Amino acid sequence: MRRRPLKLNRRQALGGMGAVGLSFTLPKGARAQGNSVSFYNWDTYIGETTLDDFTEATGIEVNYDLFADNAELFAKFRGGNPGYDLIVPTNDFVERFIAADLLQEIDHSRIPNLSNINPGFMNPAHDPGRQYSVPYMWGTIGIGYRISETDGVPDSWAYLYDSDQYANKIALLSEPTTVLQMAMKYMGHSLNDWSDENIAAAEALLIAQKPNITAFAPDNGQDLLFAGEVDLAQEWNGDIQQVMLEDDDVGYVVPNEGGLIWEDDLCIPVGAPNPEGAHELINYILDAEAGAQIADYIQYATPNDAARALLPDEYNQNPAIFPPEAAIAASEVALFPGQEVLEKIDAAWTRITAA
Amino acid sequence: MESFRSNIRVFLAFFAPSFGWLVLFFVAPLVIIFLYSFGENVSLTEVETTWTWRNYSRILEPEIATLFWRSLALSGMSTIVCLVIGYPIALVIATARGAWKPWLLLAIILPFWTNLLIRTYALLNILGNRGRVNSGLEWLWERGYAALDAIGLNATAIMGEDFEPIIFLGRWSGVIIGLVYVHLPFTVLPIYAALERLDRSYLEASLDLGASQWRTFRSVLIPMTMAGLVTAAIITFIPMLGSYLTPALLGRGQVDMIANVIERQFKGANDWPFGAAMSLFLLYVTFIILAIQAFASMRRRGADG
Repeated sequence: MRRRPLKLNRRQALGGMGAVGLSFTLPKGARAQGNSVSFYNWDTYIGETTLDDFTEATGIEVNYDLFADNAELFAKFRGGNPGYDLIVPTNDFVERFIAADLLQEIDHSRIPNLSNINPGFMNPAHDPGRQYSVPYMWGTIGIGYRISETDGVPDSWAYLYDSDQYANKIALLSEPTTVLQMAMKYMGHSLNDWSDENIAAAEALLIAQKPNITAFAPDNGQDLLFAGEVDLAQEWNGDIQQVMLEDDDVGYVVPNEGGLIWEDDLCIPVGAPNPEGAHELINYILDAEAGAQIADYIQYATPNDAARALLPDEYNQNPAIFPPEAAIAASEVALFPGQEVLEKIDAAWTRITAA
Repeated sequence: MESFRSNIRVFLAFFAPSFGWLVLFFVAPLVIIFLYSFGENVSLTEVETTWTWRNYSRILEPEIATLFWRSLALSGMSTIVCLVIGYPIALVIATARGAWKPWLLLAIILPFWTNLLIRTYALLNILGNRGRVNSGLEWLWERGYAALDAIGLNATAIMGEDFEPIIFLGRWSGVIIGLVYVHLPFTVLPIYAALERLDRSYLEASLDLGASQWRTFRSVLIPMTMAGLVTAAIITFIPMLGSYLTPALLGRGQVDMIANVIERQFKGANDWPFGAAMSLFLLYVTFIILAIQAFASMRRRGADG
């Protein structure tokens, strides 16, 4: 999905491999022994030395594996926990994991650093009271654009979904749910309103726009933007932010109609071999110092107030990391739509690709 | 009696590992997929085998049927291109001097030494709107434009204002190029084998008896290597039909084939029964193709003998 190395070479093929669902990582956690914890995370979504520092501080070894997207994560856990102690699903998938009874409750008394988290994050719709999840990072989905090739700021989804102004210079994400959600936002509906009419209207909009679209990009929209293949890319803010650090000619905007606000959470799956270790690792990640180091490295927005206090203005005031209030207000958090709707979304997507 | 028993043990010792392997990693998974394909989702994580035909009947829905036809069409077209390109290549290798042959064959197999993903990324680099092909064409376009300008013609009126790149990625053309590139070795090798077995004196006889080169090719060479051609077509076509990576990357999500839809059932759509039904349907199609070939070759042999 997202997450590219920031200080590593962004053009590594590895991210792409994951993006097309070809990660053959074996669960190293399955053969964990001694005091160790198995952490299953997104690519380049942790501080440079965080895990080593944790081992040094606690003596607990970390087995670290990577997954490429939420759907893959869920598919791996469907048949039972392959041996992980800590996973990082996105909010609507946290909901899906909870609905499938795949997460264990978090023991708040074991995580004193929870007090570092901004209170606004402690009672979300997808997990009231934070019984099963601890917030890790959050962000938005918006439009990354090439400043010199666009006529002003492309601050509407219309440029991507309903216009030929940038024909064949447009990349949308390849995740059916997200692409349809943003179409629904454009048409003025809530992105959680999966009525049949809304799905049909979003589908019609996309079929009509398809000739103008260059790619449904599996999380490499920022690469296409960077390479000049497209001028507009629907993407996660962190991905665009990483390109912006390399390329002054790239901007990021959350459209006026609003985008999607997502949040990735730390969760302990049922069947975790070492839940105590997982709690300790969560507590360590929530530490002010460690949290600041992670956020500074991966350039995503942290819900950790104590960590933010340690970070410079260029992080805290960066509109690509923390979008303006109005954009946030117009945006929404996705809820898990349920299995029946998932099948409708997939059928609509198949019709779009078959068109 | 004693020796028979010990022979049985020896037989089992050799037979059991491969049989066990086949059952464990081939038969058992297929049975599980078969059961899934007649199942229904009863919760987010559980499938119950209810012997419903719904998953199979959904394959007939227009959008899925369209994608099956598209997969057949893309694979069919790519196979034809492979045969047209592959035959001359095989002919060159078969007629090359002895010392050259191993090197030419090595050149055909060489791409397999590199991971498919890496090769596909290389194709992305070559075929992109700003890729090697288009930047080469743009270079030519600029030279042409300057030349027309220099001899006093209105270059803009003839060639347009800007260079328009040829779009390969996200189009059928890009996917076909990718499929041909990946599968061409599968086409060349069986044709080469057939040509190698061919008795050259038939060709000489045909030419001596006054047939033209073309006539010899059409009436002698092609019929006598037909078995190799059919094998080549089949082992090129079948893996193409299930291609996943090539349409995913070169099709840029716009030219999905059936494997891409199957993948989504196991991930985003979380609908394993439907994915299982489509996987098995693809398997049935493969069986049918192989059965037709077996039948045809039996008849051919019957006709010959």
